[in-house]
Amino acid sequence: MLNIYGDRGNIISLARRAQWRGIDVNIVNQGVGGAVDVEQTDLLFVGGGQDKEQLTVCEDFKGIKGKSIKEAVEAGAVLLSICGGYQLLGHFFKTGTGETLPGIGLFDAWTIAGKRRFIGNVLVESQVGGEKRTLVGFENHSGRTFLAEGTPPLGKALVGFGNNGDDGSEGAVYRNAYGCYLHGSLLPKNPWFADHLLLTALRRRYGSTVTLQPLDDAVEERAHQSVVEHMRRLGTVRSGVS
Amino acid sequence: MDPRLSASLLAGKTALLLSRRLGIGGGTTFPGTVARRVDPSATAKLVGRLSRGATVVTGTNGKTTTSRLLSRIMQAADLHPVHNRAGANLIGGVTSALVAASGLSGQVRADIGLFEVDEAVLPSVLLEARPRVVLITNLFRDQLDRYGEVDYLARIWRQGLAQLDEQATVVLNADDPLVANLGEGLRSRIVYYGLQDEREGLPSLPHAADSKSCLHCGTRLDYSIVYYGHLGKYRCPNCGAARPVPEVGAVAVKTQGTAGSELVVATPRGELALHSTMPGVYNLYNTVAAVAAAEALGLDHAAIKQAVETFSAAFGRIERIPVGDKQLFLALVKNPVGFGEVLRTVLSDGHSKNLFIIINDKFADGTDISWLWDVDFELVAGRASFVMTSGLRGEDMALRLKYAGVDVDSVLLEKNLGAALEKALALTPAGETLYVLPTYTALLEVRDLLRRLGHVGRFWED
Ligand SMILES: [Zn+2]
Repeated sequence: MLNIYGDRGNIISLARRAQWRGIDVNIVNQGVGGAVDVEQTDLLFVGGGQDKEQLTVCEDFKGIKGKSIKEAVEAGAVLLSICGGYQLLGHFFKTGTGETLPGIGLFDAWTIAGKRRFIGNVLVESQVGGEKRTLVGFENHSGRTFLAEGTPPLGKALVGFGNNGDDGSEGAVYRNAYGCYLHGSLLPKNPWFADHLLLTALRRRYGSTVTLQPLDDAVEERAHQSVVEHMRRLGTVRSGVS
Repeated sequence: MDPRLSASLLAGKTALLLSRRLGIGGGTTFPGTVARRVDPSATAKLVGRLSRGATVVTGTNGKTTTSRLLSRIMQAADLHPVHNRAGANLIGGVTSALVAASGLSGQVRADIGLFEVDEAVLPSVLLEARPRVVLITNLFRDQLDRYGEVDYLARIWRQGLAQLDEQATVVLNADDPLVANLGEGLRSRIVYYGLQDEREGLPSLPHAADSKSCLHCGTRLDYSIVYYGHLGKYRCPNCGAARPVPEVGAVAVKTQGTAGSELVVATPRGELALHSTMPGVYNLYNTVAAVAAAEALGLDHAAIKQAVETFSAAFGRIERIPVGDKQLFLALVKNPVGFGEVLRTVLSDGHSKNLFIIINDKFADGTDISWLWDVDFELVAGRASFVMTSGLRGEDMALRLKYAGVDVDSVLLEKNLGAALEKALALTPAGETLYVLPTYTALLEVRDLLRRLGHVGRFWED
């Protein structure tokens, strides 16, 4: 839908990992206007954008688009949202200029811009899908996201600021919808999470007995590990822009 | 005599001497910083002594190459430019260049200032140097984590340019909607430049393109042709806002792979037929930009032609270095559009290439390497004999290539730069070229490595 800032890697990752297993993927680029096809959509991706794009998306979400995204998620569709997209799936985003951009309230969460920008590599521990595993990514946001009580985070930020730099949480989960601040792009270096999204989408459509053929992820694991080591070497990679 | 300025120059010159003697960074910024501390208006005062004032060049891509070429044109036109060098493009670098070109009493051994400046410092340079000509090449999403956002830069540029008077000329890229829009409502004279020949364009926007919506109404712009990133011929289907017609435009263009281009540039003073040895569409923009700035300065067509035809690309942009019976082709990569263009140029003849890609994520490279996913590495699949990867984020590069469909067995990773270069050279057959594509700090490392092997000089000595 909104796909800039390197997040294109997420689409590439999902498409390739499906294709390598002989699964047909049909990618629809959703522009401004119109609704999401609730019946046909298995997986939704909302990327991050710059201020101006976020305004456009906010306007678009107020109409039939926002409604259809909620419907699709309620019907079990898988959704991944990053940064700006994640923020607009909460209740609202109060920007640095004091404006309040309404979100669609899919996540019981809200975002308020802070002075300092949170920038740097992130290491997250997540238990999505059962097992405790790590996610690596790169955050770059001024918004602080706060989760309402009862909204589970995607994981715990071991390195980096996470949702708000305060409570150690990163991201949010609602049904099969995930939001987080991880650029990088997220999925290529975290193949287990990409596969979790694919498997969830497949099981919803074809039943709980569906399994995913394992892939040789040596290159992926090496890239994941190198970021983890990079962070260890440098200590916590943090920088702030006020 | 201005005692304060003289004291400032003395301090700056001492710092220059000291940093050269200690061999720290060629002394490109430090002397200026010192001089500014003693006299904060040193820049304004020294520029005031240049008979032809200052020309300032900024933009995301091409500012180094463009200002180097413009410097050559000035010299061919018998001017003596003072030019900041080697990436010293913050305000301290501008002052350093002026300090180096001045005597202690404040006389400047130059008649025109040519300052290549970082996007974020343009407003302060406009304020201090009061340039007579300002050239803005383009505005791409680049190192977003350093400055925030493209919109922010456009806003501060607009505020800065609004301070210029009728005497100044602002030279703008008509093909970049964000840059062309800056011309609206300025008091200064505007010269638009762009590409007119449609044969070198692409039918649709590549993935890496950004800023594609109308600045008046937010509607997605329609492009009849795209030359490079989001540069092309555009029009808003909703409010009708359209690309301005360039006063200086490349009306006929023929690119010849890595060998260069033939182009005919139309100017208000007539057509100029040029041969450039710089490859790629992005260098066409650099050439036309420099020609447009030279037009704004009223420089001779003969001087322009002579400079363009004898110019080869500046430090770090593209270099060819012989190593034994092989060639190194070195080109900086720093953002998705630039990287895409380098690949497009290198791979254009269809033969299999030997590639060496080095990705660092230090501050000067941009700490977020997400942008690698916006580069169309799909181009490389089936067209590389091998791709050696290295650098702090070499693993990420290798991963990106896997997802671009490049044969995993042809992608090699060697974290040690020296070993990687050695292996890549060994794999390159005699008589062939190894294409080395590093990010900024990786380029410095490669240059340093090559220098130690006796292949090139120190970068500030050119
Ligand atoms: Zn419009």
